[in-house]
Amino acid sequence: MDINRSSQITLLIGTRKGAFFLRCGLNGADWTLSDPIFLGAAVNHVVMDPRDNKTLLMAAQPGHLGPTVYRSIDGGQTWQEGSAPPAFPKAENGETVRYIFWLAPGHASEPGVWYAGTCPPALFRSADGGDTWQGVAGFNAHPMRRTWASLDDEGEIPDGNILHSIQIDPRDPRHMYFGISAGGIFETTDQGVNWQPLNSGMVSYFLPEPEAEYGHDPHALRIHPLHPDVLYQQSHTGIYRMERQKGRWERVGQAMPAAVGDIGFPVVLHPRDPNTAWVFPMDGTEIWPRTSPGGRPAVYCTQDGGSSWQRQDAGFPREHAYFTVKRQAMTADGRDPLGLYLGTTGGEVWGSRDEGLSWVKLADYLPEILALEAVAGL
Amino acid sequence: MKVIIPSQLRSYTQSSEAQAHGATLGELLLDLERQYPGFRFRMVNEQDAIREHIRVFINSEVASGLDTPLQSDDVVRIIGALSGG
Repeated sequence: MDINRSSQITLLIGTRKGAFFLRCGLNGADWTLSDPIFLGAAVNHVVMDPRDNKTLLMAAQPGHLGPTVYRSIDGGQTWQEGSAPPAFPKAENGETVRYIFWLAPGHASEPGVWYAGTCPPALFRSADGGDTWQGVAGFNAHPMRRTWASLDDEGEIPDGNILHSIQIDPRDPRHMYFGISAGGIFETTDQGVNWQPLNSGMVSYFLPEPEAEYGHDPHALRIHPLHPDVLYQQSHTGIYRMERQKGRWERVGQAMPAAVGDIGFPVVLHPRDPNTAWVFPMDGTEIWPRTSPGGRPAVYCTQDGGSSWQRQDAGFPREHAYFTVKRQAMTADGRDPLGLYLGTTGGEVWGSRDEGLSWVKLADYLPEILALEAVAGL
Repeated sequence: MKVIIPSQLRSYTQSSEAQAHGATLGELLLDLERQYPGFRFRMVNEQDAIREHIRVFINSEVASGLDTPLQSDDVVRIIGALSGG
């Protein structure tokens, strides 16, 4: 995404009841909300193609009807349904896609290629800009898939296990990662023909073997765009960082304040600094409220690769505010200084124009926010 | 035969009624798909099962599956079933 200091930002908002655009005004302060798009449909993700800056894909599920992908090739003015949305092959006792959870543009060298992650966990690929989709057999038909994705035990998360956080190495279109909740992080180096778990160092107390090869619950995975051997993961059991050549996750969340903990859904990376990242902690104590610890919302930022974390809460309510921010509902805009944005399940959008130092509410009264992406223009 | 279209699917048909043909419900849906591309997959999943929150009535009887036989004077009513409170 080509964003500079003067770029006008638009937030692409996916909610449980439709999609919205939230556009920043020329003064950089006044935000205007669009009319709803596909009002009533659960929209898990709306993503702009950074290769042409005009194609948008939307993962949607109207309540009565099956999951689908909508496409816009005019920057969101008009939308068309993909002619062959992600679907499993027809087979005896065959699977069905319950919903499409994640959309990811392919590598910069492969215009028109997109990937989608679904519930149940499966990977789909489009080579025509999201119009038609095919399963990635190397994973979907992998003999270990059902075991890796906890599909044959009682390990399912609420609303079903999902494949998410599809990350493509900017140096090599064959090198990809994704997360499965619950299942773990998986990696391919041959564009999806073969896959391997990448969970060494992960410790999950809910597993019989806490350091098992798979079965973990990554909530969000991010690869650094300029330093692709640096990965961050916000998991069900903490914040982790990996230097790929070492091949082992390090729990950097142990440096978080004990009263806050290091449980959460999203993790956002600074696109120009691999040592800077943000998380939005949630209460993971006792029965897991999954709300801001103590009712005091805050972002935490590290600028040293997770060795230390600084609280950033200026502008947020000081008390009695129980935010939940889902894994794809926090993002950055690429500007300098970096703009940060988050959407809550209570339908509020918050933004920071100074890398998290101060926050203002940009919109409220929206449906439950599921996803947030920042793009230039629109 | 006459097919009654629910509000959820009228973005495809642009009408509350359609005309389609087939000796079975499956054949009728293929005819509707030819007329209204994308229609069938919205109400039938990839394993050829009617989706969870869709019901199809043949006259006053619920159709159990795509092999349900049809007569030319049947009325097929597609319903967006209750999916919430």
